[in-house]
Amino acid sequence: MTWDPLDEGNGGSRGEPGEPGLAASFRPVPGGAAAFFEPPQAGVIRSLVSQVAELVSADAETGEAGEAAQAGNLEAELGLSSHAEAPDDPVLARLLPDAYSGDPEAAAEFRRYTEETLRSGKVASAQVVLESLPSAGGEVRLSEPECQQWLRALNDVRLALSVRLGITDEDDDLTESLAVDDPRSAYLWVYQWLAYLQDSILDALA
Amino acid sequence: MGAAPVEVEQPATGQEAKLDAPWVTVVWNDPVNLMNYVTYVFQKVFGYPKAKAEKLMLDVHHKGKAVVSSGTREAMERDAETLHGYGLWATVSHDS
Repeated sequence: MTWDPLDEGNGGSRGEPGEPGLAASFRPVPGGAAAFFEPPQAGVIRSLVSQVAELVSADAETGEAGEAAQAGNLEAELGLSSHAEAPDDPVLARLLPDAYSGDPEAAAEFRRYTEETLRSGKVASAQVVLESLPSAGGEVRLSEPECQQWLRALNDVRLALSVRLGITDEDDDLTESLAVDDPRSAYLWVYQWLAYLQDSILDALA
Repeated sequence: MGAAPVEVEQPATGQEAKLDAPWVTVVWNDPVNLMNYVTYVFQKVFGYPKAKAEKLMLDVHHKGKAVVSSGTREAMERDAETLHGYGLWATVSHDS
């Protein structure tokens, strides 16, 4: 686990002149939390949340198509997944982890009975974010249940980014190890901003 | 950092429950989830008081994992599924 990186005094590369405004964060309001987003901020969040939702749902639809198509309909109705193995994509594998370590049979059985629900829950959280955050930005006011969905959706984005960024150790400071022109540094910055946003929602709910 | 590692503790659910239902849900440390988010999730999912949720979170953080609930296998699978929904890395195992 990690502390909110913007809370530790070493986050000097963020929120500096030249990168204005990305310090948008939530504040407590009666019944939930509120924040003001500039259009580019809303765009970044909407884009990343949509990508995770697409990743999680697109793969589900193509799982073992063909011979299992008819059975697939029934399975979908029952909330069963045709997936028995952990996804090959490391991002998906992190979002949809095995529930048994060292017992592939039990892990496969668990996945079969839970993965569809897990996937659709993640898509639902993403949809709450997309519905409450206009692409033009502006004031966003969230109820407590919406805050919870935002927390989950932002967390999924951060998990996905962490895999792409190769964050494996909470003590790693990629802000120092990444070269300035490394294309990942922009994502690292967003990753840390989303942690800050998550943290502000948690503060608002406390 | 912190104290020397000790055995991961069972949540105080009582010895009888443990004997009848020797299954546990384990949450593993990861470098992404915020500490206060993990505490929040333990409070939300299990209804634990903040102090207990924080202690479990710190156990995960310092020891690499912690048993967060115990009971029947079915109940532990539900817990793991719920925790996966929140993005935590949870597994089910026999409490041996």
